[in-house]
Amino acid sequence: MWNFVSPRIVFGEGALDALDELEGRRALVITDKIIVQLGLFDKVKAHLDSTGIEVHIFDEVEPEPSVQTVQRGAEVALEVEPDWIVGLGGGSPMDAAKAIWVLYEQPDIEPAGISPIMDLRLRQKARLITIPTTSGTGAEVTWAILLTDTEGQRKMGLGHPENQADIAIVDPEMAAGMPPQLTADTGLDALTHAVEGYTCTWQTDLTDGLCLSAARLVFQYLPRAVTDGSDMEARERMHNAATCAGLGFGNAMASMAHAMGHTLGAVFHVPHGRAVALFLPYTIEFGAREEPERFAELAAFIGCSNEGGQKAAQALAGFIRDLCQKVGNPTKVAEAGIEREAYEAQVDKMVDDAFNDTQIVTAARTPSYEELHQLFLYAYDGRPVDF
Amino acid sequence: MALKFPSDEWAKEYQSQLNSSEAYERAAKDWEGDFIFTVEADDTLPETAYLFVGLNHGKCTDTALVASETEREAEFIIRAPAANWRKVIEGKLDPIQGMMTRKLKLKGNMMKVMRYPKAAKEMVNCVSRVPTDFGD
Repeated sequence: MWNFVSPRIVFGEGALDALDELEGRRALVITDKIIVQLGLFDKVKAHLDSTGIEVHIFDEVEPEPSVQTVQRGAEVALEVEPDWIVGLGGGSPMDAAKAIWVLYEQPDIEPAGISPIMDLRLRQKARLITIPTTSGTGAEVTWAILLTDTEGQRKMGLGHPENQADIAIVDPEMAAGMPPQLTADTGLDALTHAVEGYTCTWQTDLTDGLCLSAARLVFQYLPRAVTDGSDMEARERMHNAATCAGLGFGNAMASMAHAMGHTLGAVFHVPHGRAVALFLPYTIEFGAREEPERFAELAAFIGCSNEGGQKAAQALAGFIRDLCQKVGNPTKVAEAGIEREAYEAQVDKMVDDAFNDTQIVTAARTPSYEELHQLFLYAYDGRPVDF
Repeated sequence: MALKFPSDEWAKEYQSQLNSSEAYERAAKDWEGDFIFTVEADDTLPETAYLFVGLNHGKCTDTALVASETEREAEFIIRAPAANWRKVIEGKLDPIQGMMTRKLKLKGNMMKVMRYPKAAKEMVNCVSRVPTDFGD
């Protein structure tokens, strides 16, 4: 038995108009200062104003939001008493909005204690809308909440199926202003979700199609979106790809590249999408040495290899490295601006933290400590995995 | 020879498997917290049984079939019908997915358990190495 959960998804050009249908008294928009500077908050506010809903804002969400930030946001929510919470931005504001919503509804819960087995009983006070302004995280349709434990330098994967948004508004206009580097990083995050959602051990019949479709869209449209940000067809298809991938992996799981990428991001502050995509080809090569079938199916679907087995999986890894290069992203840790000495000094910690990441358990092939240690070192130098 | 599940002999063999697993030892090197696995009576088991499993820093300190969930103090209790435990032992039910879908009900701090996914996986790997007789 398993569940597939999803918000109502309004997508495509003009999707923001869905806000005009809302009924309520007060909305609290959770976002960051850049979104405000870009004028995206004003766009949302204009729609909400037209409904007569009173609009409040908490714009203090930082990248990789901390527990303290969501606690401050929850205090604001308790003062404002909204009946709508709106997560507006990339993954950080949307994840923060989910956590703030939970703490607003259940003030006695510790953020670190938000887990899938608890009895949450949300929607007594408010409902949640997510509006992504990047095309990659998928947070608009997942119930996962990623917060940073600033003391332990590690990321905490939290969440409960109930804290899934009620409405996700996936409007490509909201992502049209992303600069090329952010377009590349977030697009590669979507690709990693698609590949890992399809190949992890928690994949299901209901998630496979979403992941396959998302992977193909990313290969087709990400280079165009990076090269020409005004290419609205590419923007829209990438926005849809991110949501498909989010639904896919969010109802299955991510896997080893995420576990490794989370640790690299926490220790060396590499942006999430760049970090997970960097590790993805190495984890494919590693997994495919024992379990190549799912990787080979994916390779065939996106048209990179029909050879089947390990050869096709290797071709998939190569295809992903080519895409990373094409959009200007690193294919090895050494290219990510991290000194070898500093990296090697942290490898043991990264191995331990990766093994304490819930997404490691769903790998097609589970690594031993020694193998994961080797993988981190191979990824530094860009060596193809041969063990 | 297969060992009857649940029984003291089965629990002792599980303890032995855990203590001979280097992978479990490393994955659980910081773990502190004992478990009681409550195997609830169902069509496949006439009476509810309680297995105490003591776990500390990568070692299994003790196992015992006990009379109730309160006979030994344990930080965590996992309850499930016998048929669901069988699925876990046979590798057909991932214990973390099982907890998320309430097929296994955890009493205790879920987040603490979720911080040790590799240890949970190794515990299942060890249990799969115990030759088990389900009384079929």
